[in-house]
Amino acid sequence: MPIRIQEDDFDISTEIALLRKGYPRVGAVVTFLGTVRDMNDGTQVKGMTLEHYPGMTEKALQEILDQAKARWDIYQTLVIHRIGSLLPEDQIVLVVVTSAHRGEAFSACEFIMDYLKTAAPFWKKEDTPEGARWVDARITDDDAMARWNKR
Amino acid sequence: MKLELRFFASLREALGVSQESITVPESIKTIADLRTFLTERGNPWSEVLAQGKVLRCALNQHMVDANTPLLDDAEVAFFPPVTGG
Repeated sequence: MPIRIQEDDFDISTEIALLRKGYPRVGAVVTFLGTVRDMNDGTQVKGMTLEHYPGMTEKALQEILDQAKARWDIYQTLVIHRIGSLLPEDQIVLVVVTSAHRGEAFSACEFIMDYLKTAAPFWKKEDTPEGARWVDARITDDDAMARWNKR
Repeated sequence: MKLELRFFASLREALGVSQESITVPESIKTIADLRTFLTERGNPWSEVLAQGKVLRCALNQHMVDANTPLLDDAEVAFFPPVTGG
């Protein structure tokens, strides 16, 4: 499955091997791995809980992958996003893109992440020493998304 | 018109509701109309869905803007700007 929403952790090597198996035309594999930081906005983060909108999440991610495929000459895509309780250093999100050459895969992978940050219905709630708080969306994420419309 | 409402993250917590079936009057035609209609329930609705609050909305699980017309039997979701990744 090219889109997976799961509580369980994942193994990046296994995922890449599965994606590449039987595709000798692949010459480039670009990955993005997002992990939980122990600090955000100057406050210590002890852990976080990720909520999402089942049904819409899968649709939004599929739309993102379809756009990437229409825009760049890429072969395969994979997105794994974890939900539930996570701790600092945990893996949160994996994006993998394969193509014949690196340029297309680099661009598509960055586009998918920028788009995911602004369009996929996930929400983080952080556990801090001052109590739990919902993470505010960043204006920089909107800026990162907007620049793809100019290219 | 019958609608299935969904609320997520900080909105869900502040309203104390995650899902609700509702029938709205004929005069409620768009997402913006629905938002105003819900704020008229008083607190916490008036505060959580107040016009100044930055919210996102989805109609049948697709992100839409406030001017989008409602559809009968649609699923309408309100939530804060997303923070995944």
